[in-house]
Amino acid sequence: MSELLKCDNLTKSYGRITALNDVSLVIPRGKIIGLLGPNGSGKTTLIKILNGLLTPTSGSLTIDGDTPGATTKSKVSYLPDSSYLNSWMRVEQIVKMFVDFYPDFREDLAYKMLKNLDIDPSMKLKTLSKGNKEKVCLILVMSRNAQLYVLDEPIAGVDPATRDYIISTIINNYNPEASVLLSTHLISDIEQVLDEVIFIDKGVIKLHKTVDEIREENGMSVDELFREVFRW
Amino acid sequence: MSWKLDKTRPICPQMCEQICVKIASGEFEPNQRLMSVREVAVAAGVNPNTVQKSFEQLEAKGIIYSVRGSGWYVSAQTETAKDAVEKLIKSKTADFFGQMNALGLDDGQIKNYVKEWKE
Repeated sequence: MSELLKCDNLTKSYGRITALNDVSLVIPRGKIIGLLGPNGSGKTTLIKILNGLLTPTSGSLTIDGDTPGATTKSKVSYLPDSSYLNSWMRVEQIVKMFVDFYPDFREDLAYKMLKNLDIDPSMKLKTLSKGNKEKVCLILVMSRNAQLYVLDEPIAGVDPATRDYIISTIINNYNPEASVLLSTHLISDIEQVLDEVIFIDKGVIKLHKTVDEIREENGMSVDELFREVFRW
Repeated sequence: MSWKLDKTRPICPQMCEQICVKIASGEFEPNQRLMSVREVAVAAGVNPNTVQKSFEQLEAKGIIYSVRGSGWYVSAQTETAKDAVEKLIKSKTADFFGQMNALGLDDGQIKNYVKEWKE
């Protein structure tokens, strides 16, 4: 089955506010997809629904044929927009926790990436800088052998050199059976790595195309088009 | 191997062009093995699917060939790659003259500017 993620007429309302309005989309396997939209456009709401943290008001969402739940959690590796890890824990203790939690966790890969990014595994999370904390979170998420990686703002808080490392980690981890869905504002840094982009605005999908289609049709980068589409 | 990619143009044709240039210039020799799709993707910072698509397009034109289980190689015949680069040079030259014409220069004046710039 090539459809990894499928949304049908997905709607989420918080009281009178509609965060997602009748969203239908399909994400196949083997793709790196950017979920782009201004603040408050519904990116995180969509991501939370697909991780089972929110339930849709109406419509449906399936991952590999299942609605979000215990089965899908074993297939989805999720980087939330804020850290949920206990800050008193040492990095190595958190790695151990992930090893216990996820059968698909590749401990050797996690330690290799920690070493590459110069992070001492014996450090407590609270003593690390904001950027280094983000790196630890991303390493944990990318070390799983998942089918869908969902990264909510993975590159926002890190320096440009680390951004490049993260981008090459995503490329190196590429696997034709798995897909990566990432949300970001920093489009120009990442657009070359994306197969497809989804523009979302006020809970509605405005555009869902490949990066090369956008460049071909508009003669501009995805970043430029984004600025044009979402101009105030 | 360095890659210069223009963000306003689709990536796939740019990768094809640059591989052709490297073949035409002799940087890539006939029957030389190319880097793997993943290696090129990491080096250029682009999507592996885009690299794969570029390689397939070059293969369809006979510029490179694949060996199952081994990778991608430069074709023994480099004529097609050279033709592609020739075409690219001509179209860039036409663009250049078009832009200079738009600035109000006639062809003779453009040639003078080119000569001056070279000196």
